[in-house]
Amino acid sequence: MFKIDRKLLKNFDWGLAALAVVILVVGLINLYSATYTHGKPSHYFFHQLVWILAGLVGMCVAICITDTFYYENAIILYIVTVILLILVDVYGMITSGAQRWIRLGPISLQPSELAKLSLILVMGYYYETKEPIDILPFRSLILPFVLVAILAGLIVKQPDLGTALLLLLIFFSILLYEGVPWKVLGTLVVGGLLALPLLWGHLKPYQKARLLTFIDPNRDPLGAGYHIIQSKIAVGSGGMWGKGFLKGTQCKLEFLPEHHTDFVFSVFAEEWGFVGSIVVLILLFLLVLWGLEVARNARNRFGEVVAVGITAMFFWQIVINIGMAIGIMPVVGIPLPFLSYGGSGMLTNLFALGILMSIRMRERSYPSPY
Amino acid sequence: MTVERGGRSKLIRAVFPVLVVLMAFMGIVSRLWYLQVLQYDKFHRLSLSNRIRLKAIPAIRGMIFDRDGNLLVDNRPSFCAAIVPEDVKNREALFSFLSYVLNMKIDEIKKRLKGKAYYASFQPRIIKANCSTVEVAKMQAHLMEFPGLEILVRSRRHYLYGKLASHILGYIGEISQRELRRMKKEGYHPGDFIGKYGVEKTFEKELKGKEGGYQVEVDANGRDVKVLRKVDPIPGHNIYLTLSLQLQQKLEKLMEGKSGAAVAVDPTTGEILAMVSHPNFDPNLLTKRLTAKQWKALISDPSHPLLDRTIQGTYPPGSTFKIVTAVAGLEEGVIQASTLLFCPGYLKFGRRSYRCWKKSGHGKITIHQAIVGSCDVFFYQVGLKLGINRLAFYAKAFGLGRKTGIALPHEKAGLIPDTLWKKRRFHEPWFEGETLSVAIGQGYVLTTPLQMAMLMASVANGGKLERPLIVKEVRDIQGKVVKVFKPQIVSRIPVSERVLSIIQSGLWGVVNEPHGTAHRARLKDINVSGKTGTAQVIRIKRRSSQPTSERFKDHAWFVAYAPSEAPTVAMSVLVEHGGHGGEAAAPIAGKFLRFYFDGPEVY
Repeated sequence: MFKIDRKLLKNFDWGLAALAVVILVVGLINLYSATYTHGKPSHYFFHQLVWILAGLVGMCVAICITDTFYYENAIILYIVTVILLILVDVYGMITSGAQRWIRLGPISLQPSELAKLSLILVMGYYYETKEPIDILPFRSLILPFVLVAILAGLIVKQPDLGTALLLLLIFFSILLYEGVPWKVLGTLVVGGLLALPLLWGHLKPYQKARLLTFIDPNRDPLGAGYHIIQSKIAVGSGGMWGKGFLKGTQCKLEFLPEHHTDFVFSVFAEEWGFVGSIVVLILLFLLVLWGLEVARNARNRFGEVVAVGITAMFFWQIVINIGMAIGIMPVVGIPLPFLSYGGSGMLTNLFALGILMSIRMRERSYPSPY
Repeated sequence: MTVERGGRSKLIRAVFPVLVVLMAFMGIVSRLWYLQVLQYDKFHRLSLSNRIRLKAIPAIRGMIFDRDGNLLVDNRPSFCAAIVPEDVKNREALFSFLSYVLNMKIDEIKKRLKGKAYYASFQPRIIKANCSTVEVAKMQAHLMEFPGLEILVRSRRHYLYGKLASHILGYIGEISQRELRRMKKEGYHPGDFIGKYGVEKTFEKELKGKEGGYQVEVDANGRDVKVLRKVDPIPGHNIYLTLSLQLQQKLEKLMEGKSGAAVAVDPTTGEILAMVSHPNFDPNLLTKRLTAKQWKALISDPSHPLLDRTIQGTYPPGSTFKIVTAVAGLEEGVIQASTLLFCPGYLKFGRRSYRCWKKSGHGKITIHQAIVGSCDVFFYQVGLKLGINRLAFYAKAFGLGRKTGIALPHEKAGLIPDTLWKKRRFHEPWFEGETLSVAIGQGYVLTTPLQMAMLMASVANGGKLERPLIVKEVRDIQGKVVKVFKPQIVSRIPVSERVLSIIQSGLWGVVNEPHGTAHRARLKDINVSGKTGTAQVIRIKRRSSQPTSERFKDHAWFVAYAPSEAPTVAMSVLVEHGGHGGEAAAPIAGKFLRFYFDGPEVY
């Protein structure tokens, strides 16, 4: 499973690693300010530091693992993920509450995080097995649809609408990147549009209300709508140059909820202004473009699909999270990669980055280890 | 190894995704430009002292009525002086002003503020509720000079009849931090009021309604400038109790000055018509902010006014339990209606002599005479023939030893002992001598007054054990019925009509025959059936300030139903340390039944 030698080490992508470190440092500095209370940094900051260190270890492990190992174990990982999701569901039913965690001794596992990686790897596996065929015909796409539907369905039940949506976005991104027959694309769009009113009719009024609020937060002026306004004020009042480190007012008080997780970008934009926001945006989008570059140069289709999947995962999280903070996206609880507080997300994202680097190291332009 | 895929243009694959990513980037950048550069002035202004705020509009809590629609509990407006710490400019000046106007010590104001440290800084903290008009006028006149001072209009719970039915209605109070953690998901905030006791607690969900609120833009001093969005509150539902105000008032009056409990129930439906526990309390006082001292005085009061004796007080049922022993004996066939047993005034069992309350003895008597004269020795013998487990089976069939399931909080189950229980509790076998005590309702047996009323109701209605109902229906603000509580039979008691009629005629005799123990409950033109009981207070608990003689006086019981032929009301009366049931409890039932049948116009 581990295969690493001098030649590979030489191929290590130092640029990508440096970019990741810069983003992590920016995130830590921002979190320091976001959770700074009563004149001292809060426990969130130190916890995050621990998570980052743990995540970096995970990333190193991910780098060392060969792409063949990922390829050979994709199906097992997928099955394990489905079982864990069902377990969480059953456990939630027993305790009659929403449940996203599985406790294994001192470690809490969040299977919905695992689901993102499982989906990406299993898609890579599937495309690899179909390698000679370029654009898969409709009947070859049925199985992938079923695979993603199972994961998304189980996660919607938790209920974790945000992660389920993210899974679908990753799935369709891979599909489009790898190419879809025009007929399939047309059928999907038309079929989806036709199915919507049917599904809508089956929903209970409170479910409709929740979805409408999801799309238009202003329908809930005392909840999500209020959060959006507060976030916009925070971002807007940052101006061109920002209020300065630790000088943000909007986020310090409890006006802005979840300012260390979902609205962490608002804190940054308030304190560092338009200029700072552009810098952090460039860093994040550079990471995405870098991921696309890894995909383009991958030595086989598995690597290509996995790199695209991971890149899509970063991209959509970034776009949805920042879009929410500046009021152009629905309020979904999706954190900003590498900047938001949270252990599970940090571990998943760093591990995914490790996989990306592992693929990068074994690119076709380098001598193949086989 | 690497297969070149030919179908797609490599150029598109390399360029198209990058274009999508760049478009997203540009979209976000242009939005940031709009917010941070073009709209900077607007957002900068709004960010100063947090100009956009959320203010709550509390929902009006549902009202509580009696069964005939008489209002028992409603809401009155209350003006509250509040401080929003975020807006306060000059703390010391504000505190000394409030101290002068509200006649409070500055330290106390500070303490009230500090006690609410878990509120967000822009949430108003109430310093004093129920301000007088003079106080409000003074504050209103100086409002502009003291940013951060607010006068809030909140509603105050008002219990129209004070202490009436206080244990049933309950009271509301400010939500505690513990409750808040548990209820946060259901939309509760710090400072909300929540049902703490009685129907106010069990029907919290129905009474509460849904809070509204508005997004408002405020000026630098925290004053409203413009309402941006508003959501109207939804008022809570109204509750209609099964209680009748008139009957409740009468029963409260009869129990006045006594310590004890009384319950009147409709045996055909299980609806509670009146239910009294004395001493009681005034919920109006509890709804106000009590000082720690007042609260301590209330809960450490030796007469326990907060204890609902009807469902939380457990007492040995005394001779009223003989109804159960009689049913068990007849049903199990250990005695017949005609069986004669001899009472010489005592029963020798083992090395002890168990006495009958009548020293001279009852002589040779049947079950009918034994019920009428409440002969202890007769029932000792029945109990011995039955054994404890068969006796316990019938007691449990009558609903004793378990909660009745009334919709009130903190109900107690009482206790019906049997061999298994004793083994578990004391790791000891059951002694037969203990069966003697149980057969006459002493020893380990504990019942609540409500259980005994329901037992009497089941004797009256032919053996159906009903669930006691305290709420008849829930209606929304328009008067539309949302929920109805229909009579519900918990179980049928395993008793034949033949046996039941023997019991019923015995109970009639208790009130109406010459040797009956409850002639004081007799009415002129209505047949009343009943049973007296005297529960021994054997165990000495703690030393108390009360005189010893009063402490050791027995509890007086009386259970009854009327009219005997077709009962419409069943009841139980318990007077703590009242002495003999026939003297202390039966007259209360008699007077209540007279009022029930004849109405207030006669008396």
